[in-house]
Amino acid sequence: MARTVSTRRKLLVTALAWAIGLLIFFPILWTILTSFKTEGEAIALPPKFLFFDWTLENYGIVQERSDYLRFAMNSIMLALGSTFFALVIAIPSAWAMAFAPGRRTKDLLMWMLSTKMMPPVGALVPIYLIFRDFGLLDTRGGIITVLMLLNLPIIIWMLYTYFKEIPGEILEASRMDGASLGKELLYVLTPMAIPGIASTLLLNIILAWNEAFWTLSLTTKDAAPLTQFIASYSSPEGLFWAKLSAASTMAIAPILVLGWFAQKQLVRGLTFGAVK
Amino acid sequence: MKPVFTGVFGAFMFAALASTAIAETKLTIATVNNGDMIRMQGLTDDFTKANPDISLEWVTLEENVLREKVTTDIAAKGGQFDVLTIGTYEVPIWGKKGWLVPLTEVDDPGDLLPAIAGGLTVDGKLMAAPFYGESSMVMYRTDLMDKAGLKMPDAPTWEFIGQAARAMTDKAAETYGVCLRGKAGWGENMAFLTAMSNSFGARWFDENWKPQFDQPEWKATLDFYLSLMADAGPPGASSNGFNENLALFNSGKCGMWIDATVAASFVTGKESTVADKVGFALAPDNGLGKRGNWLWAWSLAIPAGTQKNDAAQKFVSWATSKHYTELVASKEGWANVPPGTRTSLYANPEYAKVPFAKMTLDSINSADPTKPTVKPVPYVGVQFVAIPEFAGIATTVGQIFSAALAGEKTADEALAEAQTTATREMTKAGYIK
Repeated sequence: MARTVSTRRKLLVTALAWAIGLLIFFPILWTILTSFKTEGEAIALPPKFLFFDWTLENYGIVQERSDYLRFAMNSIMLALGSTFFALVIAIPSAWAMAFAPGRRTKDLLMWMLSTKMMPPVGALVPIYLIFRDFGLLDTRGGIITVLMLLNLPIIIWMLYTYFKEIPGEILEASRMDGASLGKELLYVLTPMAIPGIASTLLLNIILAWNEAFWTLSLTTKDAAPLTQFIASYSSPEGLFWAKLSAASTMAIAPILVLGWFAQKQLVRGLTFGAVK
Repeated sequence: MKPVFTGVFGAFMFAALASTAIAETKLTIATVNNGDMIRMQGLTDDFTKANPDISLEWVTLEENVLREKVTTDIAAKGGQFDVLTIGTYEVPIWGKKGWLVPLTEVDDPGDLLPAIAGGLTVDGKLMAAPFYGESSMVMYRTDLMDKAGLKMPDAPTWEFIGQAARAMTDKAAETYGVCLRGKAGWGENMAFLTAMSNSFGARWFDENWKPQFDQPEWKATLDFYLSLMADAGPPGASSNGFNENLALFNSGKCGMWIDATVAASFVTGKESTVADKVGFALAPDNGLGKRGNWLWAWSLAIPAGTQKNDAAQKFVSWATSKHYTELVASKEGWANVPPGTRTSLYANPEYAKVPFAKMTLDSINSADPTKPTVKPVPYVGVQFVAIPEFAGIATTVGQIFSAALAGEKTADEALAEAQTTATREMTKAGYIK
């Protein structure tokens, strides 16, 4: 029996959702607004919200001082590259765990998750030394590998949850029809799990895009992504908040736009596996 | 589907491998993003024209990120950088470890300010060349000082600062007598408090590396600081660092601010609402022979792991030379010349016309990193102790003192806790037998 929800209640919940949404979005909004202020207005007390002299000079200075496109290109390559390779490994792994579990599958899943519990700085020196010896410092290949390994546990877990929802009988039927393992994965399982895979992909792109610790530690110039670009504008001795905000806005803009267009898919995918 | 997969895979592998190309004698320079360093990046044509076989690649980073990255790289001998911008804290430690190449081509080393050069020399060899030096001083509002009926001496005492701060405070009008650092960190509140404690006769360690927070000098320092901030400091001071205090001072909320000399150009700049009402004085003292000012320099050094030592030596020599100073002066005026490194700069009559030039020199000269305290100490460094363990210990102590400023603990509790922590860490590190 469907429950009727009163209009008042609907209004209340909507207002609450908007309030929480705005609260979460406020720091980003503030950054965007500050990027259009002069340095003086950026630190003005009390702060000015909308009524200030809007200017684009910060963007001009940032563009002049740094090669934004090179950093952005690296960010795109790292995010897409690490996501692509992670999916190539994660789809078969999640398939195996969902449809052919062994005695230790659950333990294996827990162990994979536990690797995320270690503070990354604990692994910095060994990884740095490996990178040095293999000549991987400041290369896209090296950092793509690290980002892929970093996000692999989350991807496998997410895909595992989606795959568990798919009835094993469908795969059995395809096997009865003579499909090989590769075909079963590619033509039967993957299309059915598209929403799940899509949201995993989007989430991983966002995680890889925002990753700062490893990208800052292992890259210098050739492979440096937008996190490095932002780090060159923050300063403990000098108020350059407007320029820093302009740099931050430029760094988050692509992922913000992607998130905006993909939000339907993202929400659907994220709720698909768990609730269905 | 298969060819698509292979194509995409191939594209990524190609992109991943394509990034490893290396150019000839390309120097990679790691630097902080302060105004002087950014200016230098715009003037490097002068160097590359004279040295066409050398090209420069800059990696500009925020100070803390830079320190972390450069430390990892030099400790692991990663060889990612050929020239490093490092602070006065790192030079003696890294020099002793053999991580830096001694500089052989520095332009007229005898001309470097002795206080600055002393902190960059290890076993008689210059390990880094100073690019820009700074100290700390008092910046105050002349109008508020007049209103309070007081006159700031050129070299004030802490007692006067306390009296003036309380007289200038009008909390109802959101005017606070003094703004001081309270944010936790070895380079934040502990830089200020360590320098301040020197003028109170305190020291971090005695000759046997025993922490001294249980001594009356440290108690006098912390008591004075806490009561001054309670009476005349802004609210929420425990989260204020350089930038927060600069914002407060520039918007007219602070009567006095004791901080880096580099701030002088900001508080008198176009972003300041009080630019025409600012006066300067030396950092305060207590008549014990030491002032509460620090000494810092950003210097250029060459890591032992570089393969391009000759080119790096040439660049460091150019960037820290008298010629570079003249280049900046000719293009951007004497006020924009990197301050605080050379005696000849302060002897130049053109530079003497720049406001706060003399105050900066006097402040730098009144600090001695090799004899920073009233009582003898086994370490080098004015607002820091040049041992690798210091950053960690001082950050913890900084958190304890910041909590005391926030009212979460008393001065006595904070000092006892600092003493316990420092003793434990120094014992663990093998300094205390």
